[in-house]
Amino acid sequence: MDDLNLILPEIFISLSIMFLLVLGVFKKDSSKITFNLSLFAILITAIIAINETFSVSRETLFNESVVIDSLSSLMKIITLIGGFLVLVISSSYLKTFKIYNIEYPILILSSILGMMVMISSNDLIVFYMGLELQSLALYVLATYNRDQLKSSEAGLKYFVLSALSSGLLLYGCSLVYGFSGSTNFDIISNQLNSNEYVLTFGIVFILVGLAFKISAVPFHMWAPDVYEGSPTTVTLFFTMVPKIAALTVFIRFLYVPFLNLIDQWQMIIVFLSIASMIFGAVAAIGQTNIKRLIAYSSISHIGYTLAGLATASNEGIQSSIIYISVYVVMNLALFCCLLMLRRKDQYYEDISDLSGLSKNHPILSLCLLVILFSLAGIPPLAGFFAKFYVFIAVLEQSMYFLAIVGLLSTVVAAFYYLRIIKIIYFDKEKDKYDADHSLWLKFSLTVSTILILLYFIFPSQLIEVVSRINII
Amino acid sequence: MNFPILSSLILLPIVGALFLFFTKDKEGNNLTAKYVALFTTVVNFLISIYLWISFDQSTSIFQFVEDRVWIEGFINYKVGVDGISILFIILTTFITPICIISVNNSVKNRLRDFLIAILIMESFMIGVFCALDLVVFYLFFEAGLIPMFLIIGIWGGARRVYSAFKFFLYTLLGSVLMLVAIISIYWITGTTDVVQLYEIGIDVKYQNLLWLAFFSSFAVKTPMWPVHTWLPDAHVEAPTAGSVLLAAILLKMAGYGFIRFSLGLFPIASEVFTPLIYTLSVIAIIFTSLIALMQEDMKKLIAYSSVAHMGFVTLGIFTLQQQGIEGSIIQMISHGLVSAALFLTVGVVYDRMHSRLISTYGGLVSVIPKYSILFMLFALASLGLPGTSGFIGEFLILMGAFKDNFLVAVIASIGVILGAAYILWLYKRVVFGKLINEDLKKIVDLNRSEYFILSCLAAPILFFGFYPDPLIKTIEVSVTDFINMHNTNIASK
Repeated sequence: MDDLNLILPEIFISLSIMFLLVLGVFKKDSSKITFNLSLFAILITAIIAINETFSVSRETLFNESVVIDSLSSLMKIITLIGGFLVLVISSSYLKTFKIYNIEYPILILSSILGMMVMISSNDLIVFYMGLELQSLALYVLATYNRDQLKSSEAGLKYFVLSALSSGLLLYGCSLVYGFSGSTNFDIISNQLNSNEYVLTFGIVFILVGLAFKISAVPFHMWAPDVYEGSPTTVTLFFTMVPKIAALTVFIRFLYVPFLNLIDQWQMIIVFLSIASMIFGAVAAIGQTNIKRLIAYSSISHIGYTLAGLATASNEGIQSSIIYISVYVVMNLALFCCLLMLRRKDQYYEDISDLSGLSKNHPILSLCLLVILFSLAGIPPLAGFFAKFYVFIAVLEQSMYFLAIVGLLSTVVAAFYYLRIIKIIYFDKEKDKYDADHSLWLKFSLTVSTILILLYFIFPSQLIEVVSRINII
Repeated sequence: MNFPILSSLILLPIVGALFLFFTKDKEGNNLTAKYVALFTTVVNFLISIYLWISFDQSTSIFQFVEDRVWIEGFINYKVGVDGISILFIILTTFITPICIISVNNSVKNRLRDFLIAILIMESFMIGVFCALDLVVFYLFFEAGLIPMFLIIGIWGGARRVYSAFKFFLYTLLGSVLMLVAIISIYWITGTTDVVQLYEIGIDVKYQNLLWLAFFSSFAVKTPMWPVHTWLPDAHVEAPTAGSVLLAAILLKMAGYGFIRFSLGLFPIASEVFTPLIYTLSVIAIIFTSLIALMQEDMKKLIAYSSVAHMGFVTLGIFTLQQQGIEGSIIQMISHGLVSAALFLTVGVVYDRMHSRLISTYGGLVSVIPKYSILFMLFALASLGLPGTSGFIGEFLILMGAFKDNFLVAVIASIGVILGAAYILWLYKRVVFGKLINEDLKKIVDLNRSEYFILSCLAAPILFFGFYPDPLIKTIEVSVTDFINMHNTNIASK
């Protein structure tokens, strides 16, 4: 029984989900208490996760189908913190649209549970279970604002395309199982050899399925529509939390079962990375909706994360994790700003709504300035360091082409970030927005902006945490 | 020396900016903000003067070095000065307060934010000149884009958005390759510490590509022909204080970078690419001088003259002669003073007449004599008349060039004549001639603050023109050792 300590976070969060469901059914008007209790549950889970698993170097459970190591514990903690922050800043948005119901926090909790299972999985079946749990919760979340046509459309689109990708993934898994005779990652890793051509198909299918989940080009088509249609807080959730989980699984797949087949997948990852960086940067230029723009920018950021993974080195993996962590913070900050564009119970999402924001809302504009320059990767902000670490890892492997393409696409990307800054700072002002934001929203924005701005003072801490992750 | 004097130079403007950030922004002429900013920059200037006084001129090793672990086991925050960099720091701390005094008329709205941007800009610029680690250098070098982008974009003229974007994207595009090169250097040698890199040296087979990567960044920033096109746009649209910072200091980052990094780190490649630099510099000198002759817009004319003058600087640096490099440094300092002064003089009449077109003016000498005298001094300094600081630099550069390559030196000398032509013709059209434009009759002469700042600039231009010894003494030992190091590197390979 002692070993169960290691999955205590998962156990606790699933018990809380059941409890909250029962509570929601039997108690009337329980949305507020459900909300608060789920926040509490996530917090406790995070504390348990830090206490129980953070110091574990590597342990496996249940016939080695679940693995707890420094990668999984760090990613779980980031997931939990991300989930907590999303939940905490979404209440006022949900209230505006009158969808402040018990389902929202419970769905978020279940998708977090699914992600935690995914992150810890060391077995194809466990992985798939976790993936489906989180996906099903996410489909519902995407349509959560069900009275709006766009939201329903987003959910349906997400459901169809994601189901397709899950199908591909499953097919790939079955091929891999067929060749290795096991669903366990470690056994697969020993059984596979690169002479089997059909096996390559299996790997490709799995990679395609995963690329769908993290919306890497050319499997990104769903992202802009879904991001635009979903309620903003759900979009925030989409851009942050599932990406962390999917990235972890990506790392796990590439560097445990497929490690010996590196020649087969390395070019695929390089291609995905380059295509995402370039396409994300170029396609974002023409956007007028901020959420769509964020979708494209997240595609290009995923490209940089994949660049780290393509290196096949521990430094590369670490740099990807740093990148995704910094990206999560920047994204959170950006969405906080987006949620502040509210005037009389209406939220504004167009880039032109930002026009002249700096006159009436100097502090908010300053935050946006910092966030956008950081997303563009201009020193000395955190976004620069994230890119810097990735390119250090990439250049260590002498992948000059990848590095140069990546850096040149930052210039293209800088253009559309600058465009927003231009609209905020150089254009004519519009009416004022409301200033009565919830305390948590202000708090998240302030903290994340300060983190971005002052990251350069203490860059070593994050590296120290991440450097414990040695997969290979 | 335990007191971190360089870090305090870098940090002080930021502290001032933070202080300003927490004061309330008032509409119109926000005197409090101005005094705070002025006080900060003047204190910074005094600290830098103290730095110069306590600087030991007899050695070329880096002084006031601070070395702190920044990213564990990877990058150190390392700053220090030698004879080459110290003058640029003083130039920066000298020009910034002048910019701040000059904002009186040119910046009408959001003065506080403007001052914050200038202060942050100052600290980044000082950082560039004293960074002794490639990554730290890159950080400061790139970070300067943010405030400059805002300065041009928010407070600029009619086409400010276009110019701000052009400025930002051009420079960023140039710099990303430098980042690739910096990281590559780290993997090749295991360090990004400039002092260590000087000792270790970089393998010859990598030098050419790395040199080109650095060159792409510095060439855009210098700016060299044919990537100079952002400069006239940026200058014309930027507010006067912005143009002054841009011309006086930002362009010098590249010249400094050429000496410190391109020459210092890649001696072999520098020899290889000298013909390229010569060609581009000569084209810049002749071609942009001719373009400058044709300009209708005063600011644009001075912007093109900056390109031509920077052409002399790059020419001088890559003569790889003692005189050439010394001349380049002095030329950069002098150009910093002179171009700042010229932009300010244009700013003076622009504030009154709201036109930068040369055809608007003419016959100013009869209405505003004080202005005309100072303008004449700066025009003559710009063309390099003996007795002004412009002469020393140009003379030394040409001396170095004659030693190295006769043909290039001859063509460059023609550039000097052209330089005289466009600036004198500008002066003639603006100041002499008949007073045709009726509006000009009401124009008032320099007010106290304008008179003060222009005299502040005139004094060192004249002083160093007659007595350049303090400048030359400061840089001499460093440059000599630098050349020696270069020659031993060449000889050993």
